[in-house]
Amino acid sequence: MKLLAIDTSTEACSCALYIDGEIQNRSVIAPRQHAALILPMADELLQAADLKPNQLDVLAFVRGPGSFTGLRITCGVAQGIAFAADIPVIPISSLATLAQAANIEYGAKNVLAAIDARMKEIYWGGYRLDNEGIMRCELDEIVCQPEKISLPTTGKWYGTGTGWTTYATQLSTIVGNLLHHYQGERYPQSHAMIPLALAAFKEGKIESAENALPVYLRNKVVNIARGNPPGIL
Amino acid sequence: MGFVILGIETSCDETGVALYHSEQGLLGHALYSQVDLHAKYGGVVPELAARDHVRKLIPLIKTLFSEHHLKTVDGVAYTAGPGLIGALLVGAAVGRSLAWGWQVPAIGVHHMEGHLLASMLEEPTPTFPFLALLVSGGHTQLVNVAAVGKYTVLGESVDDAAGEAFDKTAKLLGLGYPGGPAIARLAKQGNPDAFHFPRPMTRQPGLNFSFSGLKTFVLTTWKAQEQNEQTRADVARAFEDAVIDTLAIKCRRALQETGLKSLVIAGGVGANQRLRTRLTELGNKMKVAVYYPHPIFCTDNGAMIAYAGALRFAAKQFEPLAFEARPRWSMNDL
Repeated sequence: MKLLAIDTSTEACSCALYIDGEIQNRSVIAPRQHAALILPMADELLQAADLKPNQLDVLAFVRGPGSFTGLRITCGVAQGIAFAADIPVIPISSLATLAQAANIEYGAKNVLAAIDARMKEIYWGGYRLDNEGIMRCELDEIVCQPEKISLPTTGKWYGTGTGWTTYATQLSTIVGNLLHHYQGERYPQSHAMIPLALAAFKEGKIESAENALPVYLRNKVVNIARGNPPGIL
Repeated sequence: MGFVILGIETSCDETGVALYHSEQGLLGHALYSQVDLHAKYGGVVPELAARDHVRKLIPLIKTLFSEHHLKTVDGVAYTAGPGLIGALLVGAAVGRSLAWGWQVPAIGVHHMEGHLLASMLEEPTPTFPFLALLVSGGHTQLVNVAAVGKYTVLGESVDDAAGEAFDKTAKLLGLGYPGGPAIARLAKQGNPDAFHFPRPMTRQPGLNFSFSGLKTFVLTTWKAQEQNEQTRADVARAFEDAVIDTLAIKCRRALQETGLKSLVIAGGVGANQRLRTRLTELGNKMKVAVYYPHPIFCTDNGAMIAYAGALRFAAKQFEPLAFEARPRWSMNDL
């Protein structure tokens, strides 16, 4: 099994190559540099493994939520590679990737992932580890003001993602007793997409190239009065 | 033998793709226009444009490839600029990644070079050197085209593009979007002697344009009148006359100054029939051959990008893996 995973959904830009159990990974924090970085990263990983793009079995990409421009770069790259290499794609959530990373890093089993969505909002979702070690969506992914988040009813939860930096006080107050610990300085990382992608592949959740599409969550983008959209995330 | 180039255009509100063969010419092309998507806003909304390109591009390419029984190409050309950054990035991301996936070269094409060379897609083709008038929603330029890749911008709009002026005037008059066809239709019913609008920057030397003042003139005139259908048509007529006259005066001046014997019209406004008639008359008077691409190659399209890409492919001007969109990119830098 040869799987390439890419992500440019936030300030981070990363790429991971999985070959039969082994993961190689490249990652940097580089806002607005994604277009310049993502293909060289992928090329470097494939060359090191002596692989051509058409020898990949599948391509996983972060479909969002996140920066609008970042999502379109990931999706555009995923579409291009998948169409040319004639392989399927697997859409992965940025928030689920954060949750999976919290499990890898801290052994977290319940995760409340939050990405700063600008405009005083966050992208928010809750995830719980299943018996196979895969993070499953427990609280639906939404974009909302920090004070309007959905909450789990029981358990101890781990907070992760940039939303927990910008709105640390608000979120920890609202989550209250259910909060175990939080770490704000975390971004989606493509190595953490690998377990999610392998599970999705096993479940047949694959798509063809043209369906590598962003999930923005924020869909009100036109200010009718001004005829202009608000700034991108 | 020869080679095949896939061309991708996503700089504004049209998703265009095409296949160009170095010896057989244009194999095929496909276009998806977002005009309906933006119509209710009276102009292109950049974020919506980018969102639509990412949905439409691969399906268009897929259809084109299956029609031509192709699995791969020898190079991928995409519009790298100028244009809307979000829209450009979609084409660049998909185009550069397709090329990497196939392990073939990628070419970042200048959108205006595509327009300049669109007239080469059809017989009779103009011979170099020629003067090009580029008039679209985003640009108004006079360019001296000495040869492929050798362009000198002689003059351009210092504010609104001619097509933009059409759109804004249409909006003021309560007409639909895009404004060009709407105004041209209405102007046919207008009385040419009812109003006279200024021909901006024609009394001073130089080849630059300015269309933003004309829009203000339209507004003032329209507000001062009894607003009925006839006045609306009269204003549309006076506006169209002013734009066409201005473009023709500057073309004549550029032809006189350069001594060039061919004039090529490109860009969406080039589809305006009265502009074509006027420039043909000018050509006859000055013994200058005037070329118009087919209207479908006047507006944004993938064919012109595939063609310009094929020329740059032959010259081995390839893009690195680090792709970029160049929203502002002067043709003088080519």
